[in-house]
Amino acid sequence: FLAGFGNLMQDVLWCFSQVKGTIDIGVTEADIISTVEFNHTGELLATGDKGGRVVIFQREQESKNQPHRRGEYNVYSTFQSHEPEFDYLKSLEIEEKINKIRWLPQQNAAYFLLSTNDKTVKLWKVSERDKRPEGYNLKDEDGRLRDPSMITMLRVPVLRPMDLMVEATPRRVFANAHTYHINSISVNSDYETYMSADDLRINLWNFEITNQSFNIVDIKPANMEELTEVITAAEFHPHHCNTFVYSSSKGTIRLCDMRTSALCDRHAKFFEEPEDPSNRSFFSEIISSISDVKFSHSGRYIMTRDYLTVKVWDLNMENRPIETYQVHDYLRSKLCSLYENDCIFDKFECVWNGSDSVIMTGSYNNFFRMFDRNTKRDVTLEASRENSKPRAILKPRKVCVGGKRRKDEISVDSLDFSKKILHTAWHPSENIIAVAATNNLYIFQDKVN
Amino acid sequence: MFVRGLKRKCFDGEEDFEGTLAGIKAIPSYNLQRQSLLDMSLVKLQLCHMLVEPNLCRSVLIANTVRQIQEEMTQDGTWQMINTQSTGQASLDRLVSTDILCRSSREQAEGKHVPGYSTFSKDFECDQAQDSSETMSTASSVQAPRNLQSNVWEMENPQENKGNFQKSLDQIFETLENKSPNSVEDLFSEVDNSYYDLDTMLTGMMSNTKMGHCDGLETFSSPTTTTSNSNCKSDLNELDHIVEILVES
Repeated sequence: FLAGFGNLMQDVLWCFSQVKGTIDIGVTEADIISTVEFNHTGELLATGDKGGRVVIFQREQESKNQPHRRGEYNVYSTFQSHEPEFDYLKSLEIEEKINKIRWLPQQNAAYFLLSTNDKTVKLWKVSERDKRPEGYNLKDEDGRLRDPSMITMLRVPVLRPMDLMVEATPRRVFANAHTYHINSISVNSDYETYMSADDLRINLWNFEITNQSFNIVDIKPANMEELTEVITAAEFHPHHCNTFVYSSSKGTIRLCDMRTSALCDRHAKFFEEPEDPSNRSFFSEIISSISDVKFSHSGRYIMTRDYLTVKVWDLNMENRPIETYQVHDYLRSKLCSLYENDCIFDKFECVWNGSDSVIMTGSYNNFFRMFDRNTKRDVTLEASRENSKPRAILKPRKVCVGGKRRKDEISVDSLDFSKKILHTAWHPSENIIAVAATNNLYIFQDKVN
Repeated sequence: MFVRGLKRKCFDGEEDFEGTLAGIKAIPSYNLQRQSLLDMSLVKLQLCHMLVEPNLCRSVLIANTVRQIQEEMTQDGTWQMINTQSTGQASLDRLVSTDILCRSSREQAEGKHVPGYSTFSKDFECDQAQDSSETMSTASSVQAPRNLQSNVWEMENPQENKGNFQKSLDQIFETLENKSPNSVEDLFSEVDNSYYDLDTMLTGMMSNTKMGHCDGLETFSSPTTTTSNSNCKSDLNELDHIVEILVES
C-alpha cells in the first residue's frame, strides 16, 4: 500500500465514490459550498457553505462484508456556525458564508474545529453522547421542575444508554479583531495558538483567550490612497511554530519568523518570480495575484495558486519557483472577457496529497487538475452527475485549443464558466479526494483492485 | 516603460473571430481597446461601491489596472485625447464577440444580451473625429474651471487630469474605508435591482455620453441632479451618480 501510494499517476485510476447535495437545476445560493477540509486522520470531512452551515461527514468503518465500499462518508453532524450580521457603524451586512474551516488535532474523544466568516472565528466542539442521566431530583423526566416541597426522598441520577447523538457546541468566539475580510485561518503546530488573516492584517490568537489577539502583520498604509497590495492567504509552517507565510495580490510570498520581532512586517524571506516581459499585459498583475498558499506536509516546499498556474517553491530558493504547472493556459487569450465577467477574480485553492508527490487544483466547467511532481504527468478530470455511477472510473478530459476538435474533447468556447471548482481536499494518507462543485460535494477514490 | 507594438494583449485572441464576421478586416486599434478597458474598469469600481461590502482585493487590482492604463496614456500623450481614433464598425463587433465566450450556458439559452462595452465605446467614437483633439482642447480650457468635481471620463488639461484622476481613486478608497451611512442609504433608497447589472450601467452610460463633450460637463456641474437622492432609477443620469459617490456629496 505505502510503496505504491501516489507514486505514479498512471497507476492511479480515480473512481466515483459518492456525491452529496441536491440535483436541482436552480441552486439555492445558501447551499453553495465555500470550503472543504479533511481532519488530520481523514476520518472526518467538513464542508462549510454560503448559508453559514457546517456539515461534517464521517467515514464508516470498513466492513469485511462489503470490501468494495471502502469506507463511505456519511453525515455525522450539521450545525449553523455563523449567522448573518449587520454592522451598524458602516451600514453593511456581514455575510454568514464560511470562508475557511480548519481542524485541530484530536486530543481527546471530542473533535475541535475552527470556522470563520468574514469577521468572526469560532471554535466548535463536536462530541458524541450515547448516555444520558436519568432520575434527577429537582425535575421530572420531561424536564419540568418539581416543587421542592413535594420531594420526600433523594436519589442518585444514573447514566442510561441512549441513541447516539452528535452535538456541536461553540466553545470560543473570537470576534471584533478584523476590520477587513478574513481570508485565512491556520492552526499552529504548538496547538495553542492560531492565526487569522484579513486583507491587510494578520492576528495571532491563543485558543483560551477570546478578548485579545496579537497583531503580527500589518500592511495597511497610513493613507489608504497608497494601497496597492493586499494579503490573500496565510499559513503556519507545519512543524516550526515560529514560522508562517503569507501571499499577496502582487504574486509575492513572504516568510516570517515570529522570533525576530513582535510585528513581523519585515520578512525573513521574500519569494517572487521575475516577470516575463514578453507576456506582459494590463492583466499581468491580476493573474499573478495568489489565491492560495499551502505548505507541503514535509514543510520543505510551498505551493501557490494564481489564476493560470500552480507553482511549487523551495523554501531555500526565493528568486523563482522550482516547478510551474499550467492549469488552463488556453484562457490566456481570453483574459479580457474573463475580466469583464469577473471570472478573473475567482480564487482557486490548491492541495497536496499525503506524500507531497501529487498536487491538485480546480478549474472551470467542473474540471479539476492533478499534477504528478515526479513523473510530470498531469490529468484533467470532471465532477459531474453523468460520471456518477458507483465505482465508475473517471475518464480524463481534454480541452481543445483551436484546430480540429477530436470527438471527446471540449472546445474552449464551450466551457461553462459558471461551474467552477474552487475548493478541493485530499485525504491525509489515502487516495481519497473531495471536490466541491457549487452545491455538490463529490468524493472520489482510487480504484480498488 | 513599454513600447507600443511589442506588447501582446489579450485582444490578439480576437483575431480568431475574424472569419466569422462578414467583411471585417481591421484589427481594433490599440487605443480604442485600451480605452474600453479603462472604461470597463471604472464601471467595475463603481459597482464595487454599491455592493454590500466591496471585495478589497478585487478593488485594489482593478484600481491598479486603471493606474497602469493612466500611466501609459500619460506617457503616450493620449491622456488628454481619450476620445480619439475612429476605426469603424468592425472593431466594435469584435469587442462584443469575446463576451459571448464567457456567458454561462444558462444565459446563452435565455438569449441574454450583454451589450458589453461596444455600445459604450460607440458613442465616444461617434462624437470624436481623429483630428478633433485641438478643438477639444480649446473647448476644454474654457470649461476647465467648471469641472471642479473630479470626472474621470471627461478630461481637460493634463495636469488637472492627473490630479483629478488620482483624487477620484483616492476617494474610492476613502469611501471603502469610511462608508458613511448617508451615502449608502442614498444608494439603496430607491434603487432597482437592475441598477447593479453591468448591462444597465453601460446602457445608462451610453445615454449620457450621447451628449457631446460640452453637454456632459454641463450636467456634471449642475448641482440639482447630484444632490437628488429620490430618484435612483436607471434613467437617472448615471455619470452624475458616479460623481456623487466619488465626492461623497
